[in-house]
Amino acid sequence: MTALAPAPHGTGGHRRSRGASTPAVRSLLRGLPTVPAVVLLAVFLAGPIAYCVYYAFTDMQLTGASGTSFVGLDNFTRAFEDTDFLNAMWLTLVFVVGSAVVGQNTLGLALAVLMQKATRPVRSLVSGVVIAAWVLPEVVAGYLMYAFFYDQGSLNSLLDALHLPDQNWLYTMPILAVCLANVWRGTAFSLMVFTAAINDVPQELVEAAEMDGAGPWQRLWRVVLPVIRPSILTNLMLITLQTLSVFGLIYTMTRGGPGNKSETLPIFMYQQAFQNSLIGYGTAIALVLLVVGALFSVVYIRLLKLEDD
Amino acid sequence: MAAVATPPPETVVKVPVAPSRPQGRRIRPGRVTINLVLLAVSVLYVLPLLWMVLASVSDTNSFRLQWPSSLTLDNFDAVLNVDTTYRPMLNSLLLCGFGTAVTVVVSVLAAYPLSRYRSRVRRPFLYTILFSTGLPITAVMIPVYSMFVQVNLIDSMPGTTLFLAASALPFGIWLMKNFMDGVPVVLEEAARIDGANTMQVLWRVVLPLMRPGVVVVTIFTFIGMWGNFFVPFILLLSPEKLPASVSVFTFLSAHDQTQYGQLSAFSLLYSLRVVMLYLLLARKLGGGFALGGALKG
Repeated sequence: MTALAPAPHGTGGHRRSRGASTPAVRSLLRGLPTVPAVVLLAVFLAGPIAYCVYYAFTDMQLTGASGTSFVGLDNFTRAFEDTDFLNAMWLTLVFVVGSAVVGQNTLGLALAVLMQKATRPVRSLVSGVVIAAWVLPEVVAGYLMYAFFYDQGSLNSLLDALHLPDQNWLYTMPILAVCLANVWRGTAFSLMVFTAAINDVPQELVEAAEMDGAGPWQRLWRVVLPVIRPSILTNLMLITLQTLSVFGLIYTMTRGGPGNKSETLPIFMYQQAFQNSLIGYGTAIALVLLVVGALFSVVYIRLLKLEDD
Repeated sequence: MAAVATPPPETVVKVPVAPSRPQGRRIRPGRVTINLVLLAVSVLYVLPLLWMVLASVSDTNSFRLQWPSSLTLDNFDAVLNVDTTYRPMLNSLLLCGFGTAVTVVVSVLAAYPLSRYRSRVRRPFLYTILFSTGLPITAVMIPVYSMFVQVNLIDSMPGTTLFLAASALPFGIWLMKNFMDGVPVVLEEAARIDGANTMQVLWRVVLPLMRPGVVVVTIFTFIGMWGNFFVPFILLLSPEKLPASVSVFTFLSAHDQTQYGQLSAFSLLYSLRVVMLYLLLARKLGGGFALGGALKG
């Protein structure tokens, strides 16, 4: 990518600096167009993150800032003793691993591989419906999935028609329902990443393997997958980050319930901060989420960097 | 004459068919199975979408997927009024329209120096941007709320718009910079020699050459904001300021099952816009899979 990036030292040929503008002034002037971006990012992202770090150590409440005081690590010790918090951590793990790492990633890869071999109309149909589910606004997807998994919904009528046992999905296993909903909604992203990656696999490699007598499985396992490994890693990082912060989909479908059976960290955080008015505690949970996200983000950058250099 | 004339084309057609027989043999059971599996997956994918469409034109409210006994536009009639549809849609349009405009302009400006000049801050800056694209925005919403309360920006449309713009910026800058890298510098240097300054070069030379990139970033940012639920849900309070994403949610929680036809009609109206935009984008990109490529770095 950076191979295209031009002239290492600015626009090499033109020297209009006429002594007056020193290199320092010149590079400042050149950086000027980034100022609006820097200001916006500093005010609306860096600021809140700094706030987040600070508030996480206070006992701030929604009802008024008057009584806010520094409480040190109290919020965190409280969180790690709070069974609801541990439950939310566990459900977040299940949600991320189940719906993103296993669900979206595998289904996206499988669809991308199968679509290479399918006929053209089938290929367009699959990509069309999968992407349609992805383009839909989050709340609409949540609403549709609610209707789909509802006791008298489409899924159960489908299961009845096939003479399979049905159940009240949103009550008995809400976390499975939201995982499947997230797979339904999010697989398009993995599908697009993998389709692009598979198209970039050099055809000679695949043909050479075919010549040597490798069957379709071996070609996939020994040739295609090793070649697209960087894309798989990038995709895993990105969908993990996206899935970590899913709020609207789950909140529309179950509101974290029944009880706390589908209460992932974002929902737990929201409920503590706004329904229980514990801004300080909610912020501490947000910080945990932020740190987890930041760790994944760092790994993701390292992956990209490795690809780059 | 005509009877004689017809056979030759047939034989002409048959000639190219013969050598392609080996390809025909490739339609093996395996390929049929693959197509069937993919069709089954599509059916599962389509069911919920189909339900929404059918429920919106049906006069019975049911979560079961069924053909409506009679088609009706009553549901659309019922929601097409100022309070239910027009005002939330207008709010969405204002929030996302201005938000997207800010994101696109600011990211074009920021992308230019990042793409064209080398300096000591460039790499750290790019890494910070890339890092921020991964941060879960959901997690900063509570501190943003507290901050907005303190500076009295809560329930303010411009404040929310700016926040939406800022949260879309990292991804916007990153994409825009990658697209800009693809514009050759040679043309720019020619313009410089003719005496154009940086802004003129950017406006007259670089932007026209990367129009597809700008369109991609614009549509993508807009689609993202249009579907965003959490940000307006937290930052806006007055019912008359809420965008469509929040009103779907309030609609869903405020009514019983008897209203689902209406909600489906509204959801359809609300989703249609982004679906159309996406189709436009896919056409522009010639397939819609190019974004996967752009994301790889």
